[in-house]
Amino acid sequence: MSENRAPIISAEPRLPCGTAALAGVSAVSLRAKLRRLMPLHEEMRALTLAVPLLALLIVSFGVPIIALLSRAVYDPSIVNALPRTAEALQHLSAADPPGDDVFAALEADLKQDQAKGSIFEFAKSLNSRLSGARSQVLKTARLLAGGAAFSKSELVAAVPFWGEKETWSTIRGGAHGFTSFYLLSALDLRWGADGLTSVPAGEAVFLRVFARTFMVAALVTLATLALGFPLAYLISNLPPTLANLVLVLVLLPFWTSILVRTAAWTVLLQKFGLLNDALIALGIATERLELMYSRLGLVIAMTHIQLPFTLLPIYSVMRSIPPSQLRAAHSLGARPLTAFRRVYLPQALPGVMAGCLLTFILCLGYYITPALIGGASDQLISNFIANYVNVDLNWEMAAALSFMLLTFTLLLYAAFARFLGLDRFKLV
Amino acid sequence: MRCLKITVSAVLTATILCLGAGKAAPAADELTIMATGGAWQAAQRQAWFEPFAKKTGVKVNEQEYLGDLGKIKAMVETGNVPVDLVTVETATVLQGCDAGILQRLDYAKIADRTKFLPGTALDCGVGLDVYGDVLAYDTTVLKDPPTSVLDIFDTKRFPGKRGMRKFPAQNLEWALMADGVPTADIYKVLATPAGVDRAFKKLDTIKKDVVWWDAGAQPPQLLASHEVVMTTAWNGRIQNAVEQDNKPFAIVWKDQIVEYDMISIPKGTKNSDLAYKYLAYISEPEVAAQLGRFIPYGPVRSDATSFVPKDVLPKLPTAPDHMKSYLVGDVEFWGDQGEELVKRFNAWLAQ
Repeated sequence: MSENRAPIISAEPRLPCGTAALAGVSAVSLRAKLRRLMPLHEEMRALTLAVPLLALLIVSFGVPIIALLSRAVYDPSIVNALPRTAEALQHLSAADPPGDDVFAALEADLKQDQAKGSIFEFAKSLNSRLSGARSQVLKTARLLAGGAAFSKSELVAAVPFWGEKETWSTIRGGAHGFTSFYLLSALDLRWGADGLTSVPAGEAVFLRVFARTFMVAALVTLATLALGFPLAYLISNLPPTLANLVLVLVLLPFWTSILVRTAAWTVLLQKFGLLNDALIALGIATERLELMYSRLGLVIAMTHIQLPFTLLPIYSVMRSIPPSQLRAAHSLGARPLTAFRRVYLPQALPGVMAGCLLTFILCLGYYITPALIGGASDQLISNFIANYVNVDLNWEMAAALSFMLLTFTLLLYAAFARFLGLDRFKLV
Repeated sequence: MRCLKITVSAVLTATILCLGAGKAAPAADELTIMATGGAWQAAQRQAWFEPFAKKTGVKVNEQEYLGDLGKIKAMVETGNVPVDLVTVETATVLQGCDAGILQRLDYAKIADRTKFLPGTALDCGVGLDVYGDVLAYDTTVLKDPPTSVLDIFDTKRFPGKRGMRKFPAQNLEWALMADGVPTADIYKVLATPAGVDRAFKKLDTIKKDVVWWDAGAQPPQLLASHEVVMTTAWNGRIQNAVEQDNKPFAIVWKDQIVEYDMISIPKGTKNSDLAYKYLAYISEPEVAAQLGRFIPYGPVRSDATSFVPKDVLPKLPTAPDHMKSYLVGDVEFWGDQGEELVKRFNAWLAQ
C-alpha cells in the first residue's frame, strides 16, 4: 500500500520534512494528513478539472450502456402496436379469458397496424417472444383487411392462435412495456401460464453457455498463472538489463492487435499448420491433431493473449519483495521451500490475485478468439450476444444477456473484494 | 471489458455519430454500396460499380459486411444511414422488410416487375443474380469423388471434417433430402415441428465432423488448407478459386439449392434517387448479364440470358447439366420461420 503512495507524497513540496520516508504509516493517517494539507475547496477545484473527462465518460459510455441495458426490461413494441388491447386487458384479471371487448380492441389495433404498415414489426417482435406468432399475426391482418368484422368465436375459428392461453399470456406480458421475459430467458426460464418454468430442453442454451464461459475463463486463468508465476519470478531475479529484455519479449505480442494474434494462431494450429508439422516431424505425434475449432486450441490461444495480464501484476509485486528477506529466512534455518512458502508467497499473493482476477474477468468477455478458433461448442456468451445483435436483430435478448454477464462479473468482483480485501490487490 | 465493447459497440458508434465526430456528409453524387465482400463483390465492382460510375459520373463507395442485418438496423435506428444500397440474401430479405429497416421499393423507378423470374422482384429487394449452394472438394485429396451434395452426410465413404455454413438455411433442406424427403415436399415437411426434428436428427449424425463457416470466402480457404475434405459453398467462390488461383477444386451440382442474391435500399438513406438510378441501371437486361463475365452467377431476368457470354453459360447454376436435381430456396418460408429456426439452430450448435 504505502510503497505506491510514497513517491507521490514526497513529491508534494509543502510536506513537512521527514515524512518522505513513510514506510509503516497507515493509509488512514495519510489521508488525514493529506486532508490537512489540501483543504476541501482545493479538492473541489481539482475535481472541476476532471469534469470534462467525467462528462465524456458519462455521455459516451454510461448513457449508451444504460440505454442498451434498459432494453432488457423495457420493450414497448407490443403495447405500441396494440394500445386498445392493452387497455382492455387492464380490466381483466390474469385468470380470466379475454372477452368480446378485448377481441374488438384487438381487431381495431391490427387493422390500424396494417394500415400504418407497422404490422410486420409487431409480428416480428411478438415472434421473438412466441415462436410461430409471425405468420399467425400476418394471416389475421390479411383476413381483417378484407373489411369484414369478426366476433370472438369467428376469429378463433379462423385463426386458432387467438384462442390459445400462451398467446394471451405473452401479450399480457408485454402490455405494460416493462417485461421480465428477456431476463428470464437469459436464464433459460419462462413465465408461462402455470408459473415460472424452465424452457424445453431443446431450447435451453444460456445456462450452459454461461457455465462454459466461466469454465474457459477459469482454465485460461490457471494456465496463465502456471506459466506466468515462474516467469515473473525469473524476471524479477534477473539483472536489470536482462530482465528488461525478457520483459520486452513478453510484452511484444501484447502490443499487437488481438485480431492479428488470433489469426496467427489459426496459422499455427490448423491441421496442416506449423504446430502439427513440427509434431509430426519430431515424431511426437503420428496423427495430425485437431487443434483448430476445438476447446484445446481456444484455451492455448487465449492463454497466450492473456499471459501479460496475469504476469505483469505478479511481476510488479515480486520486484518489490527484497531478496534479503529470503536470505534472512535461510540464515534463520528455514529450508528453501519453507522460506518460499512462508516469507515469499504471502507477499506475492496480492499480485497473483490481481493478475488472476484481471485475466478471469477479461476472459469472460472474449469474442474474436472463440469465433475464429473455437468450434461450434466453444462459443462463449459474447458470441451469442453478438449473434442476437447482428443476425437475429433481437437487441432485447442481447441486452438481457449482457446484463446477466455484467451482473455475474460484478458479483465475482464483489466476492473477491469482500473475502480477500480490495487493498490487497496490486495492479501494475 | 471486451464484451462490453461488443455489446455496446453499435450504440457507441451511434453516440459518436450523434456527437458529430467523423460525420462527413456524403456529397450528392456519391453512392455507397455494401456487399458481402470477396470474389462476389469484386465481380460486382467490375460488372456494375465501375461502369455505372463511368456512365453517370457518380462516385461509388464500397463497404463490406457479413450479411448480418444488425449493422443496418443500427444505422436505421440511429437515423444515420451512410449506406445507400445493401446486398441481402433470400433468407434474410423478408426479415429486414418486416423489421422496417429496408425500404419497400417502387418498381416504377426500376424496371417492369413482370420481367423478373418468379420470387426475384420482392417488396424490399430486387434480385441481382442466381447462384447455387453446392458442394466443393479438392480433387487431389478425394480420389473417389462425391456425386451429390448429400454425400456430405456420408461419413463412412468420406471420413474427415466437412465445412458447412453456420446457418440453418440450406443445411436443414439438405438434411431432409438426405433423409429421403422428395425435393417437392421439403418445405412442406420443414414447416412441421416433426420435420424440423427430423432435419436436426439427420444433422446430429455429422455434427462432430463439421467445421462451420460464416463468410463466403472461407470455404475455398478451408479446402486450400486441407482443414476439410469437402465443404458446402457458393458456386462462384469455388469457380473463381479454380480460375484465378488455379486451385484443384471441383463442384458437385447434383442436389444444389438455387438461391437469389438481392439488393435493397435501407430505410432513411439520403441518396434514394441515386440508389433507384443504380437499380434501374443494373436491371437492364444487357447490364444484368455482365456479372456472369466475372463470376459464374446468372441473371434473374429471362430476357437477359441472351446477353450472357457463351463460355459462361455452362458454368452457371442454371445450366441444363446442373439442373437435373435441385431445390429452389423458399423466401417466404425463411421469412416466416427463419427466426425460430436460427434460434433452434444456435441452441443445437451450443449443445
